[in-house]
Amino acid sequence: MRLRTAALFSVMMAGLVFLATPASAETTSPSPGPSASAPASDAPVTGPAIRVRLLDQQEGKAGNNPPPVPGVTVTVSDDSDTEIGRAVTNDAGVAAVAIPGKGKYSVSIDESTLPDGVKLTGKKTLDVSVNLTSGQNVAFPLNGKVVEATPFVERFVDSVVSGLKYGLIIALAAMGLSLIFGTTGLTNFSHGELITFGAITAYFLNSTLGLPVILAGILTIGIGGLFGWGQDRVLWRPLRSRGTGIIAMMIVSIGLGLLLRNLYQFFFGASTRSYTDYTSQRARDYGLFDLSDKEVAIMVIAIVTIGIVATIMTRTRLGKAMRAVSDNPALSASSGMRVDGVISSVWTMGAALSALAGVLLGLNSQVNFMMGYQLLLMVFAATILGGLGTVWGAVLGSLIIGVITEVGPLLGVPGSIKEVGALVVLILILLIRPQGILGRAERIG
Amino acid sequence: MDFGSIIDAAFSNAFGPQAIVFALAAIGLNIHFGYTGLLNFGQAGFMAVGAFGLAVAMVRLDLPLPVGILVGLVASAVLALILGVPTLRLRADYLAIVTIAAAEILRLVFGAVETKAVFGGSNGLNGFTETWNSLNPYSKGIDVGFASWSRNDLWAMTVGWVVVALCCLLTWALMRSPWGRVLRSIREDEDAVRSLGKNVFLYKMQALMLGGVIGGLGGIFFALKQASVVPSDYSTNLTFFAYTALLIGGAARVLGPVVGSMIFWFLISGLGAFFSQATSGIDPLIPASVMTDTQASLIRYILMGLGLMLLMIYRPQGIFGDRKEIALDAR
Amino acid sequence: MPVDITSAREALAALPNDPGVRKPDPIVVGDDITRTFGGLKAVDVQHIEIQRGVITALIGPNGAGKTTLFNLLTGFDVPDSGSWAFNDQSLAKVPAYKVARLGMVRTFQLTKVLSKLTVIENMRLGATGQRGEKFFPSIFKAFWRAQEDEITSRADDLLARFKLDKKRGDFAGSLSGGQRKLLEMARALMVDPELIMLDEPMAGVNPALKQSLLGHVKSLRDEGRTVLFVEHDMDMVRDISDWVIVMAQGQIVAEGTPEAVMADQRVIDAYLGAHHDADLSEMDEEALAAQVEAEINAEENEA
Repeated sequence: MRLRTAALFSVMMAGLVFLATPASAETTSPSPGPSASAPASDAPVTGPAIRVRLLDQQEGKAGNNPPPVPGVTVTVSDDSDTEIGRAVTNDAGVAAVAIPGKGKYSVSIDESTLPDGVKLTGKKTLDVSVNLTSGQNVAFPLNGKVVEATPFVERFVDSVVSGLKYGLIIALAAMGLSLIFGTTGLTNFSHGELITFGAITAYFLNSTLGLPVILAGILTIGIGGLFGWGQDRVLWRPLRSRGTGIIAMMIVSIGLGLLLRNLYQFFFGASTRSYTDYTSQRARDYGLFDLSDKEVAIMVIAIVTIGIVATIMTRTRLGKAMRAVSDNPALSASSGMRVDGVISSVWTMGAALSALAGVLLGLNSQVNFMMGYQLLLMVFAATILGGLGTVWGAVLGSLIIGVITEVGPLLGVPGSIKEVGALVVLILILLIRPQGILGRAERIG
Repeated sequence: MDFGSIIDAAFSNAFGPQAIVFALAAIGLNIHFGYTGLLNFGQAGFMAVGAFGLAVAMVRLDLPLPVGILVGLVASAVLALILGVPTLRLRADYLAIVTIAAAEILRLVFGAVETKAVFGGSNGLNGFTETWNSLNPYSKGIDVGFASWSRNDLWAMTVGWVVVALCCLLTWALMRSPWGRVLRSIREDEDAVRSLGKNVFLYKMQALMLGGVIGGLGGIFFALKQASVVPSDYSTNLTFFAYTALLIGGAARVLGPVVGSMIFWFLISGLGAFFSQATSGIDPLIPASVMTDTQASLIRYILMGLGLMLLMIYRPQGIFGDRKEIALDAR
Repeated sequence: MPVDITSAREALAALPNDPGVRKPDPIVVGDDITRTFGGLKAVDVQHIEIQRGVITALIGPNGAGKTTLFNLLTGFDVPDSGSWAFNDQSLAKVPAYKVARLGMVRTFQLTKVLSKLTVIENMRLGATGQRGEKFFPSIFKAFWRAQEDEITSRADDLLARFKLDKKRGDFAGSLSGGQRKLLEMARALMVDPELIMLDEPMAGVNPALKQSLLGHVKSLRDEGRTVLFVEHDMDMVRDISDWVIVMAQGQIVAEGTPEAVMADQRVIDAYLGAHHDADLSEMDEEALAAQVEAEINAEENEA
């Protein structure tokens, strides 16, 4: 709710125009709700007009249908401050003022005409540029939560929690990347496509085959693992046994990424889609932060998975072998059957984890053929930050990257490009401590 | 199916301005990667800085074209300096990640709403080609049968290919010299070079700056030939495609990047035109049930990815490279 | 100017066989040099002096810190503490390439020839002060042609001396292990060093070539250079060195003439006691694999 209002507010500040989103604002879905388009029949004016719609957004009173606010006077002036017309909101809360055509206008609300108990929470005058011949819809926030009033601490905690969620998703993918790098020395530029693979597979199982999201997600982990195993078997293992250099393999991975990305787009299309369930959920208020149930579930699943991986890595023979191969590059270079077996398991596990990351990311927002590629740099940043090749480093690095990304805008990083904060931190860390937080300094000579 | 227009598209682009942009980017990468072994994955960033340097100087500061070009070149040299000082002492794959991250940061910042007043937001900048266009000596385009270019293309190609030739000449002169010998030695084993009293860091920095400035030149040319600078043009894919072009032609060869860029665009445009024709019209060669025209436009990139993999696995020296003398020990 | 070897040896023979003993005419002097790797002191040298104009051997068991000391002295690694000087000029924090330019040039345990350059190009690279290695002058051949010719003729002389002249135009990657060692040594001479530091010059060299390599090392001294070398081959150490420094567990445990050192109980102890803590990095892969396997099994049994 708070984030929603904040978004609305900033959009208005930027001079863009939005119709008031009613209390469906409580959903966490980032797309505008279905009520975003106002029925033009509400207004008696035909032809180009600026239509102002006033709704009481007070929490509790609102529900899903915030009540309209009638009887309020609004004034429209043109670029040179000449008044063009004024109107009073009707029972639907709509006031329409006819305008001569496209251009820049300013819309003011007469606060004295607001009914008792209804307060303006934004600016009194809005600048509107009309680009459509039909005119423009305008809304003033009434009784909304005032953004400035939200204490910094609360916004900070909210950002940290949201950053941790983002970081946990990254961590799943980063553990896979780190394991694969540690055991094979491959800087895998097609790792993002393992993430997308998970999201798209789950979408196919869920939307096309009609399986429930949870079942689709579980199946996807297995299919993702199989995909990783197969990739290693068909491509990477033969390359390793040919003695292909790591830089050559890195470029092969760039080619593979390009291939897979375009294949995904070929079959999935360029559109962004959602799973059939859990698309929009109300956020619950947990005191200092709000989270929807699915967000809580995403975090729990990620934490449990990291726990399982931790157990595998420390308790099982396979896990110990993985760590051993990862710790001793000399050993992984000597390619016996046993090492190849370990690397096969690493690919399977790494790809399964990345597929899960993709499912959770798709659940959190939406599914798209580029989603993994767009996350790749964040995953790299997390892995390097924590220390290339160390699994715990990858988790720690991911959480830090996630939090920096989300908290950055509070500290002055432009909100539209918040990833920049994380990338700058990545570069700074490399300068101060190239081996990463948990990495060991390399021995020279 | 009209094979004439497919051939026309392929040849027009193989010799056209777009191939020149790639040739310049790849010549820069050749100095970085082919000769010195530096993994610069942020060439798009150098190009973007060159292009925006030019555009900002001319659009926002009203400076004349030559000064704009100078600003673009200086900006890419400065970027090389800023990236090089901290990272050239680190492992090769770290340089790759830092440069890729820096290029992304630049692209995001150039395209951000918050910096719109300077860089023009996601639409970028335009309106800086008045001088450039006024210098165009051609009165009309040309059609040579198997290829055709517009009047503006012809002008861009005239300037562009001269610049490419000069860059190749410079590369040739540098790489036959003792300076080039030091670079090629660094590519193989920088500790050996250090033990012989050479300041390895200085050489790497010079190589990074030279290749970055040539990349910046590519960005400037890109801006002039399409009369606008759009941030989304400078994505990491641009770098990856430039690498593909370089590897097709052969790394550590003077003409490798040029020939590679021409082949790259020949294939991309030819395949694009072929699949576009095969899926369009009333009775398409490939029915829509097999693939739609949107899907068909992706085939060339799928093949490009596959081609890059196969090239790297089976012929890492490229088409003209000598297997004995390349940076990529793929065996 | 060549030092009189006989008198230099006599002067050394008169010295006590103590670790860090003062030399009559040291070219390198180091104090309190320490370097730790993950809590393990790889090098902990209180005082070291290398006598000018003679051949000094640095010996010790695996993991004694010999190569690390080499790396520290030549600027390839940075010590935790310590100071050292070459010809009375302090070298602390001096980068490796400047150390080389000052006349202190090293070779590497794993030979670093540039495989994809020809033998003659490898040699030419070694020459210092080349005008053609500067960015702008390099573009025009006129600026560097004459110097390049002079460098080439010097390189050809050295190749002839090291019997590599027939390989002149071949890629260095095609040379045998012994030829690579020779090329590396010849290339180092292109720098015209006062002190040449050879890291295991005999490693991987076939017996037929060993004798000629020994001759070349001696000839370096005979033309007036100081030689410091790391070696495992005791026969070689006995044959050609004028002075021997023994390291164990990062410290200098003994010094002396070859004869005196071979008889020293401290040296025998150092070698006998060394088997248990062999350096991991120098173990071969098979042994490492076996060790990891054993560790996994041990952990398995605990659990």
